Amino acid sequence: MSPRSGKRSGRLSRSLPAAPRLSWREYLTAETPSSPAHARLRQAYFAVLSFARNRLAVIGLAIVFLLVMTALLAPLLAHQSPIAQDLAARLRPPGGAQWFGTDELGRDIYSRIVYGARITLGIVALIIVLVGPVGLIVGCAAGYLGGWLDTLLMRTTDVFLAFPRLILALAFVAAIGPGIENAVIAIALTAWPPYARVARAETLALRETDFVNAARLQGAGPWRIVVHQIVPLCLSSVIVRLTLDMSGIIITAAGLGFLGLGAQPPSPEWGAMIASGRRFILDQWWVAFFPGMAICIAGLGFNLLGDGLRDVLDPKQR
Amino acid sequence: MSATEQTAAEDVALKAVEASDLSVVYGQGDKAVHAVKGISFTVGDGETFGIVGESGSGKSTVLRVLAGLNRAWTGRLLIRGREAEKRRPRRSYRIVQMVFQDPYGSLHPRQTVERILLEGPMIQDMDDRHRRVQRVLYDVGLGKEFLYRYPHQLSGGQRQRVAIARALILEPRLLLLDEPTSALDVSVQAEILNLLRELRGRRRLSCILVSHNLAVVAHVCDRLIVMNEGRIVEQLEVAALRDGAAQHPYTRQLLRASGPYDRATAAGLVTYD
Amino acid sequence: MALLEIEDLWVRFPGLRGPIESVRSLDLSVGREKLGIVGESGSGKSCTGRSILRLLPGYASVTTRRMVFDGVDLAHASERDMRGIRGRRISMIMQDPKFSLNPVMTIGRQIAEAYLVHAGDDSRAARRKALEMLAAVRIRAPERIYDAYPHELSGGMGQRVMIAMMLITDPDLLIADEPCSALDVTVQMQVLAIIDDLVQRRGMGLIFISHDLNLVASFCDRVAVMYGGQIVETCAAAALHEARHPYTRGLLAALPRIDAPVAALPVLDRDPAWLELL
Repeated sequence: MSPRSGKRSGRLSRSLPAAPRLSWREYLTAETPSSPAHARLRQAYFAVLSFARNRLAVIGLAIVFLLVMTALLAPLLAHQSPIAQDLAARLRPPGGAQWFGTDELGRDIYSRIVYGARITLGIVALIIVLVGPVGLIVGCAAGYLGGWLDTLLMRTTDVFLAFPRLILALAFVAAIGPGIENAVIAIALTAWPPYARVARAETLALRETDFVNAARLQGAGPWRIVVHQIVPLCLSSVIVRLTLDMSGIIITAAGLGFLGLGAQPPSPEWGAMIASGRRFILDQWWVAFFPGMAICIAGLGFNLLGDGLRDVLDPKQR
Repeated sequence: MSATEQTAAEDVALKAVEASDLSVVYGQGDKAVHAVKGISFTVGDGETFGIVGESGSGKSTVLRVLAGLNRAWTGRLLIRGREAEKRRPRRSYRIVQMVFQDPYGSLHPRQTVERILLEGPMIQDMDDRHRRVQRVLYDVGLGKEFLYRYPHQLSGGQRQRVAIARALILEPRLLLLDEPTSALDVSVQAEILNLLRELRGRRRLSCILVSHNLAVVAHVCDRLIVMNEGRIVEQLEVAALRDGAAQHPYTRQLLRASGPYDRATAAGLVTYD
Repeated sequence: MALLEIEDLWVRFPGLRGPIESVRSLDLSVGREKLGIVGESGSGKSCTGRSILRLLPGYASVTTRRMVFDGVDLAHASERDMRGIRGRRISMIMQDPKFSLNPVMTIGRQIAEAYLVHAGDDSRAARRKALEMLAAVRIRAPERIYDAYPHELSGGMGQRVMIAMMLITDPDLLIADEPCSALDVTVQMQVLAIIDDLVQRRGMGLIFISHDLNLVASFCDRVAVMYGGQIVETCAAAALHEARHPYTRGLLAALPRIDAPVAALPVLDRDPAWLELL
């Protein structure tokens, strides 16, 4: 508790008086943040420190970072076109100019994997953007408002939960035709329900807390409470869950590609590459092996990252 | 003094709270729980009123009804002369505010102190918000360095001060306190109780303090009621309590149980239904 | 004759800016008497209690020069030896029965389990013993409670069940960590009377950990006041009001009293010198 001063400062400014020059570390760990941005930075710094203590999580983050960088810098990293065919050079083993060998149409597998990262990352990003917010809003609204809205939203969730993912993708393909967008839609439609459930469960617990009651007592309406008080606290669970689900989604997308329901040739989607390499797996193992490894490593990276995030964002440590 | 005699005597002043035949029932039929069974009491303007009881007595339920957090009540309730509605209009929250029991649960963990305090003025469309925030922090004895801290950086006593500041920033006339010091250490409790006494004097607040601790209620309040199983068993002035003039056996038992441990006292305790 | 002797106990937890010292250089000696350990939150009193039974998490570092219970060296005992001591020779009651009773087991099973693990008797004898204990803690319908689940009980009953469970093996020392803090005042008194009675009759030692100075002063024989991880004062309970340490005096003065009204409660002025190692 600070001693009170007898006089008030003439100009009440939002920021506290400028502190003497601090090293960045002192700034980030300062007991008294001097502005809202400073406070948030400080929180972020401690979260990062806590995260960094988990070596496996850092490895996961590195893998995901590598995936993102590969996707972004694909033209720089791949030294050949992913779709250029060279039938004279088909099924060459790894070595020389083709680091991962060539496939049955003479295309450089390494370049295809690099460009395939774009497709994989694109699928992941699209799913996150579609599934996360929808699940969050549906779950929080159902949990907070209760009553018939809760019943309606939750039964809708149940309906979507009942759809088998691959069958739905097949249905889409039959109706609209194959393509990566349809695969994404099929995955998104079946992936959002668990997030609604998670968000709803958290909201039910948060609804009775005193800080929500205090917000009600200040005149906040339901939407203000849901958006400002409840969603920020549900966000951690949803983020952790999304990250952990990413590996499953990558594998599902690859599965759809493998079945020919996702990206169409000559698109270098990893699942489709495994499908086409299946025929040669005994003699020319590299055609299926490298895309398979890429899927494994990407999935592993997201899993490790998700585990690490859960330790940092765990509600019990709030 | 009964409620009606008191009303006649203080007819001129606008009373902070007038409750008649207030009842709260949860559930229906066989499983109905009567949390509050037709109680009546008044709180005068500028008075600090205590409600004492053990768990299950209904004291916290009464407070939540007054705050507007509980709508399942019947009876008549006047707050500063106005009928209390089940769905409170926004401006009613400028009249009645509440401080909750658990300092560790009453502040949003992801909001800075400044953001927590700004919420009320933002919703109620008050002017000069940042100045108000700084002034109310000063009033509860916290300096500017607390503005951008998060709740987990504060001690229990500091959090409770922020909770009090949050209640006071809307300039209410009636302040409800639900066991505000039960979760605090003794030394911190003393600071908060002193702060409450100082604030209510300076701001002409009427207060209703709910507690299971008779000593705390005696220190802060002028008058009190003792509740048991949803009913008021006794109403008396704090001065009378100190003089040992409590009449109802439940009150007397509560007084004895609040004192030091004594074998004979323990043996003589009765469970009241 | 001291039942438990502790010399130079230190408990440290890893922290972001170096180890956090929860208990510092603590010396304690308990005989077959009621010793109260009083302190506010953060004083280290709970850690002290738990370190005796080695119940602290693995990342806590507990070091002591000497910790001997009735001839057994607790500091160097193996985990197997400790299991033979916990619940059998030293028992512990915790604050909230909501969290210390298993919600999916009936009361009777939990109490009987405590007996079966240590006495190795058959289940019928265990049931009989359990019913005896329930009667000893003044529960009026022991058979009904035997088959009940924890959520069906009130706080006071739950705590009495805990006492029954912890005393069924006839331990020599009972550690009670805030056993009454979650209870109403009348129930508190009743539970204390039960503890008092049982401890007296069986000639047990009791370590009563609490934040309530007045309660401890009236219930226990001796009081130790903790602040900043150390015991700053020890005295006979009856002589507490003549305590000398400024922290103890400050705590006593800060309590509101029904019979002695004051305008403003004297606020404790924490002298940093109190934190220095004694």
